[in-house]
Amino acid sequence: MSATGDSVYNLGGGDIAASRVPVARLAECFADAHPLLSRDEAAIEAARCYFCYDAPCIAACPTSIDIPGFIRAIATDNLAGAGRKILEANILGGACARVCPTEILCEGACVRTAQQHKPVEIGALQRVATDAAMARAAASGQHPFTRAPSTGKRVAILGAGPAGLACAHELAKQGHAVAIFDAKPKPGGLNEYGIAAYKMADDFAAREVAFIISIGGIKIIPNQALGRELDLGTLRRDYDAVCLAIGQSGVKALAIPGEELQGVMDAVRFIENLRQSSDKSDVPVGRHVVVIGGGNTAIDAAVQAKRLGAEQVSLVYRRGREDMPATAVEQDWALVNGVDFRHWAAPVALEGQGAVQRIRFARTKLEDGRLVLGEDGYILRADMVLKAVGQSLEISEDEALPAIRAGRIVVNEDLQTSLPGVFAGGDCIPGQDLTVQAVADGKRAAQSINAYMKGELNG
Amino acid sequence: MADLRIDFAGIKAPNPFWLASAPPTDKAYNVERAFKAGWGGVVWKTLGEDPPVVNVSSRYGAIGYNGQRLMGMNNIELITDRPLHLNLDEIRTVKRNWPDRAVVVSLMVPCEEESWKRILPLVEATGADGIELNFGCPHGMSERGMGAAVGQVPDYVQMVTRWCKHYSRMPVIVKLTPNITDILKPAEAARRGGADAVSLINTITSITGVDLDNMVPEPAVDGLGTHGGYCGPAVKPIALRMVGEIARSLKGLPISGIGGISGWRDAAEFLALGAGSVQVCTAAMHYGFRIVEDMISGLSNWMDEKGYACIDDVTGRAVKNFVHWNDLNLAWKTIASIDPTACIGCGLCHIACEDTAHQAIKLQETGEKRIYEVIDDECVGCNLCSHVCPVSGCITMVPQATATHLTWKQHPNNPMRVAEPAQ
Ligand SMILES: Cc1cc2nc3c(=O)[nH]c(=O)nc-3n(C[C@H](O)[C@H](O)[C@H](O)COP(=O)(O)OP(=O)(O)OC[C@H]3O[C@@H](n4cnc5c(N)ncnc54)[C@H](O)[C@@H]3O)c2cc1C
Ligand SMILES: Cc1cc2nc3c(=O)[nH]c(=O)nc-3n(C[C@H](O)[C@H](O)[C@H](O)COP(=O)(O)O)c2cc1C
Ligand code: SF4
Ligand code: SF4
Ligand code: SF4
Repeated sequence: MSATGDSVYNLGGGDIAASRVPVARLAECFADAHPLLSRDEAAIEAARCYFCYDAPCIAACPTSIDIPGFIRAIATDNLAGAGRKILEANILGGACARVCPTEILCEGACVRTAQQHKPVEIGALQRVATDAAMARAAASGQHPFTRAPSTGKRVAILGAGPAGLACAHELAKQGHAVAIFDAKPKPGGLNEYGIAAYKMADDFAAREVAFIISIGGIKIIPNQALGRELDLGTLRRDYDAVCLAIGQSGVKALAIPGEELQGVMDAVRFIENLRQSSDKSDVPVGRHVVVIGGGNTAIDAAVQAKRLGAEQVSLVYRRGREDMPATAVEQDWALVNGVDFRHWAAPVALEGQGAVQRIRFARTKLEDGRLVLGEDGYILRADMVLKAVGQSLEISEDEALPAIRAGRIVVNEDLQTSLPGVFAGGDCIPGQDLTVQAVADGKRAAQSINAYMKGELNG
Repeated sequence: MADLRIDFAGIKAPNPFWLASAPPTDKAYNVERAFKAGWGGVVWKTLGEDPPVVNVSSRYGAIGYNGQRLMGMNNIELITDRPLHLNLDEIRTVKRNWPDRAVVVSLMVPCEEESWKRILPLVEATGADGIELNFGCPHGMSERGMGAAVGQVPDYVQMVTRWCKHYSRMPVIVKLTPNITDILKPAEAARRGGADAVSLINTITSITGVDLDNMVPEPAVDGLGTHGGYCGPAVKPIALRMVGEIARSLKGLPISGIGGISGWRDAAEFLALGAGSVQVCTAAMHYGFRIVEDMISGLSNWMDEKGYACIDDVTGRAVKNFVHWNDLNLAWKTIASIDPTACIGCGLCHIACEDTAHQAIKLQETGEKRIYEVIDDECVGCNLCSHVCPVSGCITMVPQATATHLTWKQHPNNPMRVAEPAQ
C-alpha cells in the first residue's frame, strides 16, 4: 500500500513527538508576545490618557489601581511614583500587566474606547512601570514598602498562587508573620505553571515571587498539601488565622469512552509541562491535535500546541463563537496562530488502539435553550487530545473543611468561610477566575484577617 | 480662486508666506529650496559687519507638551556667521533667479550712522526688494549695543530708521522686540523715523528648562547656559496681541506678522488682526519647507469659502472687534450645554467646574451611561468645560437672549461711570 493510502485507511495515531521545530524558532515562538514598550512608545501612549476624573477604567479594575494617576506619573517621567501607585493597589501588578484580559477590564471601559475604538494601552503602560519598579528593587535590594512593627500574630496561607501571595504581602505589611504552604515544588500557582509561556516569558513568575516576599516576614514552604501533609484542624490550632487560596487544581473529565487512551491529556497538564521546560525542545506534541473547550485554557493549549509545531490544531466548542468564555481578543489570537475553530459539536468517543487515533463528535444545537446532541456528527483525526472543559476544587471531602457549594468554598462579604478564623479567596471561591480577581481577593482576605485578629471583625 | 499675491509696503510677492530671518534663510542653498517649495518670500538671515560673529555649539532649547515636540523653542544663535560679501553675492544671484519672490535683507550693525551708511549701498546693489532692521535679538547682540538694546529704546529706533531711509531707497521694515512693556512705543518711533512697515515679534527672552542632573539652564554649552530667544507655537498668542494692538492704534502702518505661525489658520488670524504678510521660522525648522503647500492651499480654500478675493480683503478684518475690556457687554450671557450622545464620560468638565469654577456640572446617576449635566443657573459661561472636554463639539457655549447692553463704562458698580445704561 502506498504511503498516502496508508494514512487514509489507518488514521495514524500516536504521532507525538518533541522538537518538531528548531530550537531557535521555539525561542521566538515562546518569547514575550507583547514586549516591553520603549520609552518613546510609553510617552506617546501615556499622552493619550485624558486623566479622567472618577475614571471608568479604575472602576473596571478589580484591584482599583489608580490608572490615570500612574499614567500621568509615566507621562511626567516619574516612573518610581507610577510603580508605587500600581503596587500599592496590586502587588502582582507586573503579572496583571501581562495576563489581564484588559479588553474586558480597564481598557474595555476606557473612554478612548468609546471615542475612537482604541483604548489607552493600560496593560502595556502598567508593565513599563512595574518592570521598572521590580528592576529597581532587585538592583537596590530594597523592597518599595516597609513592614509595620511585628504584631506577633501568625497566619497560615494554603496556596502560593496570586491570591495567596497578595494576601501574604498585605499581612506582612501589617506586621504579621506569614507561612505559605503549597502543594507544588515551586511557588507562583498558575503564574508559574499555567499562564501561556508567551504571556509570561522567561522566569518572571519566580522573580515576582522573590520581589513580593522581599518585604520580609513571609516564609514559603513547598510540597505541603492540605489533605496530604497538612490538616486544617492542626493549622487552625497552630496559627491565629488561616487563608485558603488553593485555586482549582483538579480537572474535569469528558466522561466519554476512551478517555484512558494514550495521547489524551488535560490541557493544564500539557501547559504545565511546557511552562516547566526551559527551551521547549523536550515538550511532546501531537501531529494532529484536538482541543476540547472554549475558555482561556483551551485557547492557550491550542496556540501553544501550534507553536510547538503541531500540523493541525482544531479547537472544538459545543456552542457558538459568541458563547465562548474566551474573549474576542483571545479568539482572534488563536485564529491568527492558525488554530482551526469548530463550533456546535461535542465529543462522544475517543477511539484508537492503545493510543488515541480519532475523536468522534456529535453536532449540537439548542432546543428550548438547552444544549442537545444531534443525530449526525463527524470524526477528526487526533494524535493528541487536550481536554480544557474546566477545573475543580481538589480537596478531599473532610469534616474539618469549610462549607463547599457547587465546587467552590462558600464565603461571606469579608471572605470568611463557614469556619471561624478561616478565610478564602481566588479561584477556590465563586467569582471570575482571573489573576487580578485572585489578587483583589487575597488583599481583601488579608484586610479581613487583620481585622479578625484585632477582634474587629464580626461574623 | 482667491488671489494670494501681495504688495507689502511696495514689496511684491506671489503669496503672503515669507520665511523669517533665521537659519532657514541663512544661505542661497536653503533659500533656493524654499522658493522651489513655494514660499512667497524670505527675509535673509541678518547680516552684520565683518569680521563675522562666532556661534556656539549647542544652540537650541525646546519644550514639548503632552507628547508633542517643539511647542516652544529658544535659541542662543547670533546673526549670520558668514562673511558679508558671500551673503551679498548669494542674495544677488538668488534675486536674479527668482525675480517674482520677495527677497528682503535683515540688517544689524552698530548704532552708528557710519556703519549704516556703509552697508546700505552694498545691500541695495544686490537688487534686494527691501531691508528689515533687526532690533529684536534678545541675546548676544544686545550686549554689544545692537538688536534688542536698540529696539527697547524708542529714540534709537527712530534714529536708525531715519538713517536707513536717508541712505537707501529700499522699503524699510522695522522688526520689533516683544521684550518691552508697551509695544506701541517702538512702533510709533519706527513710524516717526519713516519706516515703511513693522514686523513682529522677534523672540522672547527665555530659559526653556534646566538640566536637573547637571543643574544647568538649557541649552547647555560646556556646562553653562544663558537666556535665549523663545519662539514657536507657544508664543502665538503673545504675538497676536501685539500685532492687533499696533493695527488698532497705528492705522495704515503695514505689519508683517511673526510668532508661532505653523499653518494657514494661524496665518489667517494674523492677517485678520492686521498683518499684510506673515513670516515663519520654527514650523519650517520643525517640518521643512514643504509645510508651505498646505499653508497656501488652506488659506486659499478658506478665502474661497468665505468669499474673500484677495489678501487685502482679509487684512485687518478683526481689528474693529478687538476692543478694550471696558467696551465689552456685561449684560451678555452664554451657558454651557453638553451633548449627552457625544459625551464619553471622562468627567473632566465636572471636576474642572467643581474644583475650579462654579459647581455647575453634575453627574446624573442614570445607571447605564454616566451623564454630566449643566445646571444653567449656576453656569457663568466661563468656557472652561468646553476647553477641557476632549470630544470636539460635545460641549457648546450657547448664547442666551439678552435685551440690554451694558458696558463697565455705564455700569452702576463703576464709581466713574460715564453714562446711564442704554435700554
Ligand atoms: C491555562 C490557564 C491560563 C490562564 N490564563 C489566564 C490569563 O491569561 N489571564 C488571567 O487573568 N487569568 C488566567 N487564568 C486564570 C488565573 O491563572 C487564575 O485565576 C489565578 O491563577 C487564580 O489564582 P489563585 O491564587 O486563586 O490560584 P492558583 O494560581 O491556582 O494557585 C493555587 C495554588 O494553590 C496550590 N494548591 C492547590 N491545592 C492545594 C492544597 N490542597 N494544599 C496546598 N496548596 C494547594 C497550588 O499548587 C497553587 O500553587 C488562566 C488559568 C489557566 C488554567
Ligand atoms: C483665569 C485666570 C485668572 C488669573 N487671575 C490672576 C490674578 O487675579 N492675579 C494674578 O496675580 N495672577 C492671575 N493669574 C495669573 C496666574 O497667577 C499665573 O501667574 C499664570 O496663570 C501663569 O501660571 P501658569 O500658566 O503656570 O498657570 C490668573 C490666571 C488665570 C488663568
Ligand atoms: S478611562 Fe482611559 S483615558 Fe480615562 S483615565 Fe482611564 S485610561 Fe486614561
Ligand atoms: S462654562 Fe464655566 S461655569 Fe459654566 S459649566 Fe462650564 S466650567 Fe462651569
Ligand atoms: S468633558 Fe466632555 S466627554 Fe468628558 S464628561 Fe464632560 S461632556 Fe463628557
